[in-house]
Amino acid sequence: MSISNEEYGRMAKRASPNSPVVKDCIKAFLFGGTICAFAEGLNTAFGYTDMSMEESKALTMVILIAITAILTAIGIFDNIAKHAGAGTMVPITGFANSIVSAALEFQTEGRILGTAAQMFTIAGPVIVFGCSAAAVYGFIIYFFGLY
Amino acid sequence: MALRRGKTIILDSKPRIVSFASAVGKKENEGPLGEEFDEIYEDTTMGEDSWEKAESLYLKAAITKAISKSELQKSDIDVICSGDLLNQCIGSSFGIKDFELPFCGVYGACSTMALSLCMTSMMIETGAFCNCIAATSSHFCSAEKQFRKPLEYGGQRPPSAQWTVTGAGAVVLGKEGGKSVCIDKIHLGTIQDLGILDSNNMGAAMAPAAKKTIADFLSDTGTKPSDYDAIFTGDLGSVGSELLLELMLKEEGIDLGSVHKDCGLMIYDREAQDVHAGGSGCGCSGSVLCSHILSGLHSGKYSNILFIATGALMSTVSSLQGQSIPGIAHLVNFKRGCNE
Repeated sequence: MSISNEEYGRMAKRASPNSPVVKDCIKAFLFGGTICAFAEGLNTAFGYTDMSMEESKALTMVILIAITAILTAIGIFDNIAKHAGAGTMVPITGFANSIVSAALEFQTEGRILGTAAQMFTIAGPVIVFGCSAAAVYGFIIYFFGLY
Repeated sequence: MALRRGKTIILDSKPRIVSFASAVGKKENEGPLGEEFDEIYEDTTMGEDSWEKAESLYLKAAITKAISKSELQKSDIDVICSGDLLNQCIGSSFGIKDFELPFCGVYGACSTMALSLCMTSMMIETGAFCNCIAATSSHFCSAEKQFRKPLEYGGQRPPSAQWTVTGAGAVVLGKEGGKSVCIDKIHLGTIQDLGILDSNNMGAAMAPAAKKTIADFLSDTGTKPSDYDAIFTGDLGSVGSELLLELMLKEEGIDLGSVHKDCGLMIYDREAQDVHAGGSGCGCSGSVLCSHILSGLHSGKYSNILFIATGALMSTVSSLQGQSIPGIAHLVNFKRGCNE
């Protein structure tokens, strides 16, 4: 007798081990929390200088992006992210890593059609949907005068 | 003249295994089979500036070593039959071009080692070819780049994911020669697709094809699993192996448990080397066949074995278009004692 696709799907699901969700969540919380606390610390420290709030926020993000880019380039970031999961992916570190890793990977295909063209293959959708969402919310705020 | 029994081809010429060689990377060398491989290249870039070029060099190294172990000259080789996972099989074509020998490119995803052995066996069976090389390769980094995410991308692999082997295997097949190990039967597989969509669960996608090929072969030949010293599947990994045994028992009432081994489970220490469900890629079954399995046949550890390399025939395009993953499995029956 031959089994149906549905039945095989259930067999395959039973045979495939699940990701350790609780452990993953705890690790993501700890890593993500540490990154955010570090960023908050930077932001607070910049508050003691004569920087404006806007400038200190921007500088904090630039520092996080720079650290991520360096860790990605020297091949350490993916080893941390393997454990951190969403903890490194959700903050701006994940966004920076997705661009730098793609840029590095495709440099063998040349600077223009390799690095430059391919660096947004992962981050591209984030930018598209991020900008689209911003536009939609902008319209809602404009037409309904929420502010 | 070869005979057909169902889908199984019984070869009359009994192509001999003249020689064989494997070339692998650092991680494979650190695995349980480390000492059995011929050539170890710890630097997986092979000194090249791209992973694709590096993969070609692994293939070239395996073929060169196989020829040198055979006591044949390069000019004695009539054809090289090879394939790999990269688009348009560039791993093979760029690795082989310098040999200046006739080349037959094949694509069977991770089943390529068995497919290239089937093709070269039939070439020898025609009588027009004396010495043929069947080969294949894969590289972890070039496969990740093509099928998944950039190497340095910080993502998590699910427990069912497998690790692509960096390595290559090459067999010199001849009308005569070698140490009495030959190919007795071959069986080209039928595509099986039971609707698996998850490209991180290749074992589940390929297990039905392996089951179909093994069941058809046993029925064509009227044999049972215990007639063989071992039944080696290519790269089903832990998930696929479990599913193969379950499907075989449920659908055919055949218990493979005592003789089944999987190259994907043999090549790495799954826990210590963090490879999740096991090894995969053309080079997985290729390098294990061209080291542990064929050495075992030569030494007398095995005398009659089935080698079933399994492949997942999807592409990044078919996956993005929501199509399920078709599996394939080709079988080669190796025997010892063909000169007697």
